[in-house]
Amino acid sequence: MRERAPKVLRGPVPRNKEDDQVVYIDGDSAPRILFSGEDLLLEDLPIGTRVLYPKPPIEGLANPGAAIRYALNHPLEAEPLYAQLAPGMRVTIAVDDISLPLPPMTTPDIRQTIIEILLELLDANGVDDVHIVIANSLHRHLSAAEMKRMVGAKIHDAFYPDRYYNHDAEDPDGIVHLGKTDHQEPVNINRRCVESDLVIYVNINLVPMDGGHKSVAVGLCDYESLRPHHEPETIRASDSYMDPKRSMLNTKVERQGALVDRHMNVFHIETALNNRIYAGATAFLSKNEDEFTEVDRLKFEAMRWTLSKMPRAAKRKLFHSIPAQYQMVAVYAGKTEPVHERILKHCWDQYAVHIRGQADVLICPVPFISPYNVNSILNPLLVQVMGLGYFHNFYRGKPLLKKGGVMILTHPCYDEFDHNHHPSYIEFFNRLLPETRDAMKLRHKYEEEFAKNPSYIEMYRRGNAYHGAHPFFMWYWGENGRQHIGKVIVAGAENAHVPKILGFDRADSLSEAIAMAKSAVGPSPDITMMHHPPIVMADME
Amino acid sequence: MGAAAFYDLDGTLVRTNLVHAFAFSARNQQGLLKSMVKTAATLISVPMFLAADFYNRRLFNDLFFVRYRGESEDRLRCLAQELFDTVLRPSIFPGAYELIDKSRQLGLRQVLVTGALDITVGPLAKHLKIDDYVTNRLEFVDGYATGRLLPPVMAAATKASWMRIYAEKENLNLSDCYGYSDSMSDLPMLSVVGHPTAVNPDIRLRNTALQHDWPILDLR
Repeated sequence: MRERAPKVLRGPVPRNKEDDQVVYIDGDSAPRILFSGEDLLLEDLPIGTRVLYPKPPIEGLANPGAAIRYALNHPLEAEPLYAQLAPGMRVTIAVDDISLPLPPMTTPDIRQTIIEILLELLDANGVDDVHIVIANSLHRHLSAAEMKRMVGAKIHDAFYPDRYYNHDAEDPDGIVHLGKTDHQEPVNINRRCVESDLVIYVNINLVPMDGGHKSVAVGLCDYESLRPHHEPETIRASDSYMDPKRSMLNTKVERQGALVDRHMNVFHIETALNNRIYAGATAFLSKNEDEFTEVDRLKFEAMRWTLSKMPRAAKRKLFHSIPAQYQMVAVYAGKTEPVHERILKHCWDQYAVHIRGQADVLICPVPFISPYNVNSILNPLLVQVMGLGYFHNFYRGKPLLKKGGVMILTHPCYDEFDHNHHPSYIEFFNRLLPETRDAMKLRHKYEEEFAKNPSYIEMYRRGNAYHGAHPFFMWYWGENGRQHIGKVIVAGAENAHVPKILGFDRADSLSEAIAMAKSAVGPSPDITMMHHPPIVMADME
Repeated sequence: MGAAAFYDLDGTLVRTNLVHAFAFSARNQQGLLKSMVKTAATLISVPMFLAADFYNRRLFNDLFFVRYRGESEDRLRCLAQELFDTVLRPSIFPGAYELIDKSRQLGLRQVLVTGALDITVGPLAKHLKIDDYVTNRLEFVDGYATGRLLPPVMAAATKASWMRIYAEKENLNLSDCYGYSDSMSDLPMLSVVGHPTAVNPDIRLRNTALQHDWPILDLR
């Protein structure tokens, strides 16, 4: 990185300056760091480009244990937990799976802290019949090592495997039909949870889409219960699915959740984390590049050089082995709705950056991780879901990108899949997408075939594979983005066929991608870049 | 057009193989001495069988089935149910029942395509509620095995060609059919169906499955 004089603000602040986290590139600006899978790029952005930085991490709670105990003793619209316990009752603790948070946090994971407190309380009240279920829905089952990391060795050794296990959405004896909502949406839930006197749900809210009724109604359900809302029309009608009030996905899940609450006694514990992914040696990655010190620059160059010398698998292993330094900023317990409402506020406080005006071109660096590839490969379908799904939906109010605008992703788009985790993705990508990218057609013609493929079912149940229907959900997840965005260009794609199958264009570099974007939206586009990770969401005027 | 699920048997749905079945027969000869001699001979031959199978399934068949020479058909049939009860049934992989069940729910015809002997497969097929099966058959003359197999010998490409003929006869669309096997020798069988799956694969089949992006399933 070239030497720069300390930045001096010259002239007026740009007219659109909305938030301290928004930086406009001028002639004196430093190049920006962008993730491109397992690599880091350093790019000069066009003058006038608006860069959205994540907010600094909110200070974590000084004593998480005390905050958790306070929440359990002072729940919202519910009796304190100790008052709900009685000797001999059957209790199930359900926990979010490894897709939350991202990357996995340093140990002890906040789930471990909460469950340790819960188990103490349950034990003190004579409750012996306790199971811990991972609410993985149709996500892959966690390995024993991952399960151990999540709750700590002590709990793991005491409960695994008989009383600490993954939810199995395909267990014919393990699912109970609770009924249908007034919109005829079926609700089938984990039998152990339904037959428990009390279900305590331990949640981590990473993004506003998480938590609330989604925890039980989605995390512990089966394929049939997911079908009504994990489908293209619902996603199209969600504006965005990160904004629960304007999300059809959330509306449908809430209907199912209301039915769950009529049949089950659920005590919800929700937590919000700050966005402290990087600390210590990697803290510079969340800084504004204009404020880099010489040490930051040296660290960056050393990291980039090291990464350039490593094979991709080693880089992936390295990144996945660096845990995030998250801290808990809030915890509430009690009835699902009020708890979720409070937590959502904390989420938005951390992520929302006030923005005025949509962009013609949106640059989104795609990192090495998504909710669906922890300890695995960010395959082409997941690149798609990060761009058209998550990044497009990281807004409240209206999309950050104008209708018909251009999204630029930075990722190598390598044609790599994890055979153990994503077997059905491979067939979906290689067999179905070349035939059609139409989500409705895919759903009606092929979804059930994949969902009921005996091999995929067995790989989900006995191995660590995502369910056969999951690649379809990933494609639907990008549906509102696909309808809204005019063109997607992948800068740095190392091959032509992967972007082509996804319906994307490719460019060798970011500058070439921007030039291509200009030919689509005009010579002087409003360009915005989301500088993540950590997560940043646009709170649009 | 309909569809079917074609399964290899040994190593795919059950832990045992041809040698286990033969060893059971060797152990149950008429007379203790004969049983001991035949069992010892079988044990000594195991490395040779392994090497032959690794090299070529046809070579293995030639070397292996000759061991049945002189066995009485009545006796083999008599022992079949006992073989199933004591050896085969406990060796069925736990996931096999579920795989077949899910497959049946899809409306697929359940078909075993195996190099095992018809005598041993019958009770097992009945137990797993298999609709159809094709096996190898020993040649008997005057009620005694000659040590040869009757054609067609079910191995490698023969399995695939039998499946093609079967599909045509039964009006099945092979592109909609599923195939399950544990062994590289069944590559032709897996190649003719639209949905091949490597089950508990050996290293060679695992690598091939990875190259072809086929699902890899562990039923053990």
